[in-house]
Amino acid sequence: MIHTTVGNLGHFFVILSFVTALVATVGYFLSALGKPASVQAKAVEEPQLAYAGESISNEASFGGKTAKRKAKSTVQVTEPPARDDWKKLARWAFYVHGAAVVGVAACLFYIIFNHYFEYHYAWSHSSRALPVKYMIACFWESQEGSFLLWLFWNAVLGAILIRTAGSKWEAPMMTIFALVQAFLASMILGVVFGDSFKIGSSPFLLLRDAIPDAPIFATDPNFIPKDGNGLNPLLQNYWMVIHPPTLFLGFALTLVPFAFCVAGLWRNQPSEWIRPALPWTLFGAMILGVGIMMGGYWAYETLNFGGYWNWDPVENAVYVPWLVMVASIHGMLIAKRSSTGLKTAIILAISTFLLVLYATFLTRSGILGNASVHSFTDLGLSGQLLIYLLVFVAVSVVLAASKWKFIPSDEKEASIYTKEFWLFIGATVLCLAAFQVIATTSIPVYTKILESFGKITNLALPADQIAHYNKFQVWFFVAICLLTGVGQYMWWRKIEAKKWDALITPGIITLLISAGLIAFGSMKNPVYMALLVASVFALVTNGSILIGVIRGNYRFSGGAIAHIGMALMLLGILYSAGFSKVISLNTTGLLISKQDEFTKNDNKENKENTLLWLNQPERMGPYQLTYRGQRIEARDVPGYLSRKDVMVIEGDFHGIAQRDIEQNGKVYYKKGDTLALYPENTYYEVEYREPGGKVFSLYPRAQVNERMGLLASPDIRHKVDRDMYTYVSSVPDPNAENKWEKTETYSVAIKDTFFLNDYVAILDDVVRTNEVDGIEVGPEDAAVRARVRVLDKNGEHILSPAFVIKNRMVAHPAEISDELGVRIQLNEIDPRTGKFTFAVNRTQRDYIVMKAVEKPLINILWIGTLVVVLGLSISTVRRYREFQKSR
Amino acid sequence: MKISHIIGIIVIAIAIGVIASTAGDASVYTTFTKAEKMAQDGDDKMIHVVGKLKKDAHGQIVDMFYNPAIDPNHFEFTLVDNDQRAQKVIFNSPKPQDFDRSEQVVVIGAMQGDHFQCKKILLKCPSKYQNNKLETTEHEAKTAQL
Repeated sequence: MIHTTVGNLGHFFVILSFVTALVATVGYFLSALGKPASVQAKAVEEPQLAYAGESISNEASFGGKTAKRKAKSTVQVTEPPARDDWKKLARWAFYVHGAAVVGVAACLFYIIFNHYFEYHYAWSHSSRALPVKYMIACFWESQEGSFLLWLFWNAVLGAILIRTAGSKWEAPMMTIFALVQAFLASMILGVVFGDSFKIGSSPFLLLRDAIPDAPIFATDPNFIPKDGNGLNPLLQNYWMVIHPPTLFLGFALTLVPFAFCVAGLWRNQPSEWIRPALPWTLFGAMILGVGIMMGGYWAYETLNFGGYWNWDPVENAVYVPWLVMVASIHGMLIAKRSSTGLKTAIILAISTFLLVLYATFLTRSGILGNASVHSFTDLGLSGQLLIYLLVFVAVSVVLAASKWKFIPSDEKEASIYTKEFWLFIGATVLCLAAFQVIATTSIPVYTKILESFGKITNLALPADQIAHYNKFQVWFFVAICLLTGVGQYMWWRKIEAKKWDALITPGIITLLISAGLIAFGSMKNPVYMALLVASVFALVTNGSILIGVIRGNYRFSGGAIAHIGMALMLLGILYSAGFSKVISLNTTGLLISKQDEFTKNDNKENKENTLLWLNQPERMGPYQLTYRGQRIEARDVPGYLSRKDVMVIEGDFHGIAQRDIEQNGKVYYKKGDTLALYPENTYYEVEYREPGGKVFSLYPRAQVNERMGLLASPDIRHKVDRDMYTYVSSVPDPNAENKWEKTETYSVAIKDTFFLNDYVAILDDVVRTNEVDGIEVGPEDAAVRARVRVLDKNGEHILSPAFVIKNRMVAHPAEISDELGVRIQLNEIDPRTGKFTFAVNRTQRDYIVMKAVEKPLINILWIGTLVVVLGLSISTVRRYREFQKSR
Repeated sequence: MKISHIIGIIVIAIAIGVIASTAGDASVYTTFTKAEKMAQDGDDKMIHVVGKLKKDAHGQIVDMFYNPAIDPNHFEFTLVDNDQRAQKVIFNSPKPQDFDRSEQVVVIGAMQGDHFQCKKILLKCPSKYQNNKLETTEHEAKTAQL
């Protein structure tokens, strides 16, 4: 049966959220316009203005064309009107909107939770095997769900701001909020006009409506798939449960300073918006930064590109707004007290939000196409996204331009002995860093624009993106580090009377520490040295400021702490990336080929992957590595099971135990029991033996899904001073059946030597036995076991195939050695010649190709991140208290 | 000259430098024939070539070689570019796991003698999550670097 009710309810909530957002926009807009009207009742023209605003309100809420008209009402208002019905209406509309958004999410979750695969969303992103904890991650695997998440956070923030921002800000600010919500809600509206004109993509589409061409629906319109496609295994990770909500909260928070700024311009209070907006900007920078780093940590743990940052366009698209947001904090700090830098602060607050919209457009319109690994696929929303972006660009540019002359600016020449100067330079460098990244990331956009003018260009992103971005970003951050030190000394008035003496001591300390580190770490690269010196300088200067500030009032310590965190992050990046060491160098010394191309660059080529045969130890760097076999994870058994101990039921996530499942002395399942597994993951146990004799195992995994190849994820051993990062880069296809080659037979006498799959084998002995697996040897029966010794370079293997006569029937169970890739049977015993005949089959031996990298001091990066979070949080609290006091 | 002017000039200079370097580092989509010509002219800049794998009448990929037992870091295949030129490509890293499923391959690298030495492979495979859609995966032969 198709459950249409919940889908219809969900769709109703979507429409309701869209309509209420529109109502709230109009209501707040009129309320914001209406205020001058009610106060200035005596003035003759003003009621007309209100009337004019009302009549065009419908367009205005979409187009923002009225910005200029609003500009005329340059009357300063302080008193709110006694009654403001529009505002009341708008406020309730916004609350209903928020409730509707929650309703949409609840309906969608209900569909996923109950496995209603008649819905396209549940079918494409979930499955019966999906654990409940990851169901929430289904929301952000596709575009609709992530728009929903964004809507949700905006609604939450809007509701908080209605209560806390103060009545004078509410109407103009919430106009912007509600307008944004209307645009976002339109993305999931899923309303089709005519045949092809579609607004939004609904998450409540039935499968038969989503893919009406599928042949099954012609025969059975009520067909419901038994199971869904499942969630991308890479997203089945706890970081993927918390990273997107954090990031989208960060996105939503960029709207707050933007809305305050627009409201300030609109109300002709171009500097008053800074005080309420500052704590939100700090909080936003903190959340967005955490979101970005969570994404980096997820990539580090789950993807196998070997790091936390890859300069992927999608990463860049959030990094750029974050940089500008941090720059806008610095701009706002300058502008808070004086009019210097006010224009900078306004431009940066607006740019932050517009860059978030641009990032959304980049990642969701499909424009990145080839260029990015993890952008969303195009849902046909690119036009809508472009309108969304352009409307806000137009609104803010027109508004800012029309109010430009009202923004006070300081005509006094900037002096390098003021803190404003250094904050301004810091913000400038941050913006330049952002500009460099966005200029390159937008290459696919330039191509598209040129194409629309009929010019075909073959421009592509730089071939070595990492080198391209790093060569600039390193130097920008060297400058930023130096500026934080100088800026903090200026800020706390350590440099007085135009004397730089105060910086001499930290400068000397920096040089001493850096010289020590350079010598100790035998650092040779001058770029690394520069970054090291700059980071240490930032640590020393901010550290000494911090000590001074904490003695006074710890609440003021946010800035120094955040800067220290940033310097730590840079040091962590410097060491973990600059000094990461590949352990799995192919040191076998085997000459692969005598061709020139192999020999000439033998050392330069990327010989960084090594082959490990099953159970054959290899020496790598200081470690001895052994591949111990394939493992599988059961849902309620700790640790990993050998893949052979369970037989996975095809098309299900259950398996049957082939032997007693015992872990740490506790028996979890008996042989023949059914147990729940994570069958898509195969883990490859790699045993590390340290020089000291300590042994630990890492379990890099490969994920198998019937419709995809393999996706490899690393396993990481975290130590205090370094991470051991290991992943498999190639494995034999785990789904392929073991193919045994043609049987070869050998007839040998005892003590004879023969060749077994390229190994030397010796038949040592054949002895009587009473125990043969799977065969009961009774008193009337006879059983013997051969002892075949196989020599390989690491020692000996014993194979002991048996020969059984039971009830006058002959049985010769096969003995299999995975290490040797050999199956051997004792087929005949000839008492006359004393020869034993073995049937031997060979197969591909199990192996992995793996890469192991050591990443030193990476923990400093994570610690630095936490320190930045701490610093920004302290500042947020401080600035929020300041704002509360000022009210 | 006022300080603000000096700063303005410096900022503009850096911005111009950024743009120039973006233009200089930007790679191009091209064909093997042009890549060969570039290599002959001594231009070792890395370029993008889009192509399809060489297949026989049964749709089996031909001229592909990866044997980890001999060298896990040597993968060789033949790519047919949009001008139908077939070219041997060498990738000094393990074979990407979903390589056989790919419908389109983008190789990034440069011609070296008789073969195209590829540093990075972008694969477009049929998406397992979205029907009739291709998705991109990226594979890189990499040395550790900052």
